[in-house]
Amino acid sequence: MANAQTLDRIFELVAPFNKKGIELQADTTFATDLDLDSLTVMDLVAEIEDAFDIILPLNLLPELETIEQVAAAVDRIVADND
Amino acid sequence: MDLFDKFDALIAQKSSLPFEKADPFKVVMDKVLSETVAIIEGRETILAGTNNYMGMTFNEEAIAAAKEALDNYGTGTTGSRVLNGTYSGHKGLEKTIADFYGMDHCMVFSTGYQANLGMISTLGGVDDYVIIDADSHASIYDGCAMGNATIVRFKHNDIESMEKRLKRLPAEAGKLVVVESLYSMLGDAAPLKELLETAKKYGCTTLVDEAHSMGFCGEKGRGLCEELGVEHLADFIVGTFSKSVGTVGGYCVSNHPKFDVLRLVCRPYMFTASLPPSVVASATASIKALERSGNRRAHLWENARRLHAGLKAAGFTLATETASSPIIAVCLPDPLIATKFWEKLLLNGVYVNMALPPATPAGYNLMRVSVCAQHTTEQIDEITRRFIATAEELGLNVKAA
Repeated sequence: MANAQTLDRIFELVAPFNKKGIELQADTTFATDLDLDSLTVMDLVAEIEDAFDIILPLNLLPELETIEQVAAAVDRIVADND
Repeated sequence: MDLFDKFDALIAQKSSLPFEKADPFKVVMDKVLSETVAIIEGRETILAGTNNYMGMTFNEEAIAAAKEALDNYGTGTTGSRVLNGTYSGHKGLEKTIADFYGMDHCMVFSTGYQANLGMISTLGGVDDYVIIDADSHASIYDGCAMGNATIVRFKHNDIESMEKRLKRLPAEAGKLVVVESLYSMLGDAAPLKELLETAKKYGCTTLVDEAHSMGFCGEKGRGLCEELGVEHLADFIVGTFSKSVGTVGGYCVSNHPKFDVLRLVCRPYMFTASLPPSVVASATASIKALERSGNRRAHLWENARRLHAGLKAAGFTLATETASSPIIAVCLPDPLIATKFWEKLLLNGVYVNMALPPATPAGYNLMRVSVCAQHTTEQIDEITRRFIATAEELGLNVKAA
């Protein structure tokens, strides 16, 4: 489980990309639910990286399908950096 | 389970495009009359989308050298560079390129794609970082996917976005920054000086892909690094023979003292047959000719500027403010209009590349024109006229500025 604060922050960052206006949940998926193409995903990743001052490596992205998974990955990376 | 089911969406998308008489993915050149004219479906067509920037495909010296190599060495080497596939011509070509760049080492690959694939996958080890521009060519992305490094991506040509990320990486880690000098789709130039200086500030090794700038950027045609005076900041320069050189193949040059070990560890170099002797001979002759092709370079830039100005004056929206390369990308409002425009333009006797999202940055729908040094001024004006005529036929609202 991701840290609740992290999850909230990711919800905030995803909100501007929610063009379909669906209700964002922890299990909302980027590709199917939010219908994000690879270019938009790239912009979102950059926002998340800058918000947490981390690197989300490209190698990791295929495994991150939901908001919850991204939040958990962010927590892991932040913990590793400390 | 049919393994092809995963492509159903793509098949559906492709068949939804309203092509009637021509298909951009199925163009066949029946005869190639010159660097700039071919016969397609019986029509004489101006080639304005072949990346044949310096028009070297029919260079007399290159053709003569290729014929002689065919007679003397046969049609192919049937082997890897590290087994039986290195002929004197391959060594000669590597020396020619190293001398051209004034660098110590050169490795020739069988394609430009393999040069990027091999260099990036081999240099980036499991504990290293490879830092790339988001708009990188597929060969760079594939090199990243093939290797074991951690891949970090920054916003296209954005120095600040790159620096922010470099700051977050461990100071002591191995870091390879990969950038292109001119980007293929829009023809926009990278702020190479600033990017390379920033990379060096953070202790990175640098690789610059000059595929779309070699031949016509810089006084000797070595590329944008030469033009900007930053060759000393590029640890590796990668290039291709399939554009300005007019044949096929790729290369990497470097001053790194251990460079030659790559011949024993770089899989896309080792596990494929080497270039045929005729290709090697024509590439060698062509590069020697390119070095002294100052007039041709000047004419190419004149052509690029003339086409850019002509299309701009006619009211077309162009991807770059000025002609920053021989790639002139015309932006159209949506994929449907782009599809119709491409087809009509071809029927009007001009071949360009159609490029649609997701292959294009920022969702552009492009008619991508690549200008050739062998285009005459008349041909450039003819291309502009046929663009205008095509827009009129489609009732496209293009307003003269």
